[in-house]
Amino acid sequence: MPDGGADFVRIEGLKRHFDVSAPWLVRKLEGRPRQVVQAVDGIDIEIAKGETFSLVGESGCGKSTVARLVVGLYPPTAGRIEIDGNDMAGRRSRTDMAALRRRMQMIFQDPFASLNPRWRVFDIIAEPIRAFGLSTGKADLEARVAALLRQVKLNPADGRKYPHEFSGGQRQRISIARALASEPEFLVCDEPTSALDVSVQAQILNLMVDLQRRLQLTYLFISHNLAVVYHISTRVGVMYLGRLVEVAPTDTLFRRPKHPYTRMLLDTIPDLEMTGRQRSPVGGEVPSPINPPSGCTFHPRCPFANDRCKTERPKALPIEGGTVACHAIEEGRLPIEDRTYALNT
Amino acid sequence: MTDRSTSQPGWLHKVTDSDIWWSFKSSSLTVIAAIGTILIVVLAFLSPVLAPHTPFDPATLSLSDGLKPPVLLSPDGDWAFPLGTDDQGRDILSSIMYGTRLSLIVGFASVVVAMAIGIALGLLSGYFGGAVDALIMRIADVQLTFPAILVALLIDGIVRSVISVQRHDEIAVFVIVGAIGLSFWVQYARTVRGSVMVEKNKEYVQAARVIGLSPLLIMVRHVLPNVTGPVLVIATINLGLAIITEATLSFLGVGLPSTEPSLGTLIRLGNDVLQSGDWWITVFPAATLAALVLAVNLLGDWLRDALNPKLR
Amino acid sequence: MAAASNNQPLLEVRNLRVEFPTRRGTLLAVDDVSFDIAPGEVLGVVGESGAGKSLTGNAIIGLLEPPGRVAGGEIRLEGRRIDNLPYEQMRKIRGARIGAIFQDPLTSLNPLYSVGRQLVETIQTHKPLSAAQARTRAIDLLKEVGIPGAEMRIDHYPHQFSGGMRQRVVIALALCADPRLIVADEPTTALDVSIQAQIIALLKRLCREHGTAVMLVTHDMGVIAETADRVAVMYAGRVAEIGPVRDVVKHARHPYTKGLMGSIPSLGVRTDRLTQIDGAMPRLTEIPSGCAFNPRCTFKGQRCLVERPNLMPAGDTRAACWLHDRGGVGAPILKETVDA
Repeated sequence: MPDGGADFVRIEGLKRHFDVSAPWLVRKLEGRPRQVVQAVDGIDIEIAKGETFSLVGESGCGKSTVARLVVGLYPPTAGRIEIDGNDMAGRRSRTDMAALRRRMQMIFQDPFASLNPRWRVFDIIAEPIRAFGLSTGKADLEARVAALLRQVKLNPADGRKYPHEFSGGQRQRISIARALASEPEFLVCDEPTSALDVSVQAQILNLMVDLQRRLQLTYLFISHNLAVVYHISTRVGVMYLGRLVEVAPTDTLFRRPKHPYTRMLLDTIPDLEMTGRQRSPVGGEVPSPINPPSGCTFHPRCPFANDRCKTERPKALPIEGGTVACHAIEEGRLPIEDRTYALNT
Repeated sequence: MTDRSTSQPGWLHKVTDSDIWWSFKSSSLTVIAAIGTILIVVLAFLSPVLAPHTPFDPATLSLSDGLKPPVLLSPDGDWAFPLGTDDQGRDILSSIMYGTRLSLIVGFASVVVAMAIGIALGLLSGYFGGAVDALIMRIADVQLTFPAILVALLIDGIVRSVISVQRHDEIAVFVIVGAIGLSFWVQYARTVRGSVMVEKNKEYVQAARVIGLSPLLIMVRHVLPNVTGPVLVIATINLGLAIITEATLSFLGVGLPSTEPSLGTLIRLGNDVLQSGDWWITVFPAATLAALVLAVNLLGDWLRDALNPKLR
Repeated sequence: MAAASNNQPLLEVRNLRVEFPTRRGTLLAVDDVSFDIAPGEVLGVVGESGAGKSLTGNAIIGLLEPPGRVAGGEIRLEGRRIDNLPYEQMRKIRGARIGAIFQDPLTSLNPLYSVGRQLVETIQTHKPLSAAQARTRAIDLLKEVGIPGAEMRIDHYPHQFSGGMRQRVVIALALCADPRLIVADEPTTALDVSIQAQIIALLKRLCREHGTAVMLVTHDMGVIAETADRVAVMYAGRVAEIGPVRDVVKHARHPYTKGLMGSIPSLGVRTDRLTQIDGAMPRLTEIPSGCAFNPRCTFKGQRCLVERPNLMPAGDTRAACWLHDRGGVGAPILKETVDA
């Protein structure tokens, strides 16, 4: 909860635009304009130490871009990212930058692509230790890798094998062991379980929860699966077309959703409790981020949109421990409803 | 269904258990090609030990042995010279063994040169993209518009004009290796660039970037090992091509000098006397060249198929 | 639980075996699978990757990728055996009696032809209609699957449609000849959640209106729970449990199904930890003797290690588990024991 004073991660006005124009010559010859995708279009996030902040949204909403911006894989177009008070963009020496990088790591979606197929598992896990010069010698390095493998419930002897000798779930464990190798405090997890089968997903989610408790980790968790997000998060941010439409503590978001898009997303969660609750499919699809709709980008799909929604971009409005960017809520046109899902309570 | 859970020790077992070995074994043409290649390479490189004569040491030559026909085809043959001799009395079999060695050395060396240039430029081009990529690829396009022979002739011509004939003969090998290497790099560069562009977006490369490794380290440690497959295939196929190119240049007289003849030089020397009916002087080196290139190309074709996951 | 089987089932699968010959021996990917689908019924086939669910679907539509082959058992459609038909005959049945929907709509559509042309061709292959009649029917089908502006969109090419719209076109294509059965292999997996809900609602409506039976192959228990009448849970090439969807979801009898259901995060009670089944499904080369689930099972006994259980009645479902031997009498209720 963001009540403990200074936030561990602070993201302000973060923007990232991608130039997807045709090559210069083609553009000049055919008289085409430059085309820019606003993948992330001004978002603010604060993450307290030890909490799990999740970003949810459909494909193309920019949630993975946020993850990559935070770990520094892309430079932001605008805005700032602060980790424990250190500005990521600030000019600093190589050693200072390395010290900052050591404190944050990333876990990727595809366990088949995130491990170098030509490397042995030992070397994959040892790479961050070597890169940051954390080990004092060969014996220490071996002990560290063995401990990391044990921590993710793998056998230290597995270090001799190559990634292709493991199943998807085991590979994701190896990715986690590697991410933990530099003893980070902050893990950015980009859809870490969406390529896995459900029973394996449960193993990985449990492992992540255990590790978070034991090592006091802070997670930024990216997912499109709302049930997974509900299970793992402290707070949740909902993204649509590069913008955050709603941020709230997990229970508040799922019990008292405010933004119409959040409500729509919640309606799409399959009903496993067999309550007979019908999914109410909302028409339409996510528009192209190259030419996003004016005003509130959700207005073409929103049943509550009025003229103001078409022209004026809504501001994030503090409400019930979170924020929501919606004119209908601000004007009180849209009542906040209570939802209950639990059958077994 | 690639199952490699068997973790028995021993590299020999690993090799004989691999998919590559299995695909090799099941193609009899490939096995024959491999045996042929190994045979030719071994005979060529052991020529100082195995060859019956040292054909280019003038002290051992005798004009009275000149123009002896092959033993099995003519009663005039001499068992000392199983494939006959040329007009200087040089043993054709020994000449071929020495010549093949030289051809192979030039072929390997020029492939290595082409590979080094191509991989380096391909990595730069693929990893950095943008202007670097555009520049390198335009140079490659220009390079492609000149046939390899022309490039080699050009380089050879320039070298000839700046140094003496004597000196040129001494460094002829290096000139021709450089010339062939320079004309073949484009293919490697393009292939490596394509593979790098695929690999660099894979998550394991991003994971390496997250820990702040420098682009050079990432390229060498992570990307390069994963693009070796296609490079190996091109190298094998190019080896045959390089040998042929060297032979062509030598045949045209701009390659290796007759004091240090490769297969191409031998064919040229034999060609000069072909009209007088002494066919064996040119036909045997030519047959060796054809066999060598065919065998190497068959291996290359097989390797390309075996490493292509789509065809497996 | 509509469509009770009071008469002959539409599809009967008996002891189906699918094999993959490899150089290391023959792998048994589908092992002794039997089930029925009644007319108009939606049967969900659920399982984790490698369980053999897609291969079962492909065997039924006769599109097993070589070297895979049906090595035993029978598949009957409306009483007629179809697993041993020559390719050409099977191709006719595939269009006319069985429709197919795949995960990636792009692979089911030819990018070089307009969707109208593909629809018209398919319709004319199976129905004696003129080109104009076929086009009218194609437009009707596109309207039926919810494509706005069908009269105009019919002349568009697949790449001009979004993912969700493309999957609607594929469904229209599968419906061209009014098939009795649709085999849908992960029809919503490649789509966004909001589109998934739309496609599922569409499939359900069409089946109700046309009386078409559906075999819905997916890894997503949520899709099954909302769509299917009955569900078959597959594990390591065999059916572990089969029964009405409500009973399987809420009162699973097989320890695997129970664990699988528990491992899905749900919006019900917010728990600290999910139920987890340790280990992973065995590779086809390493299927253990006895019950294939025994290395991961917390209830295994001596018998499970040596003797393979067949489906037996267990509560309201049928489960392949020795816990339910003796006709389900005294079958332990797993819920308490699992939670303990």
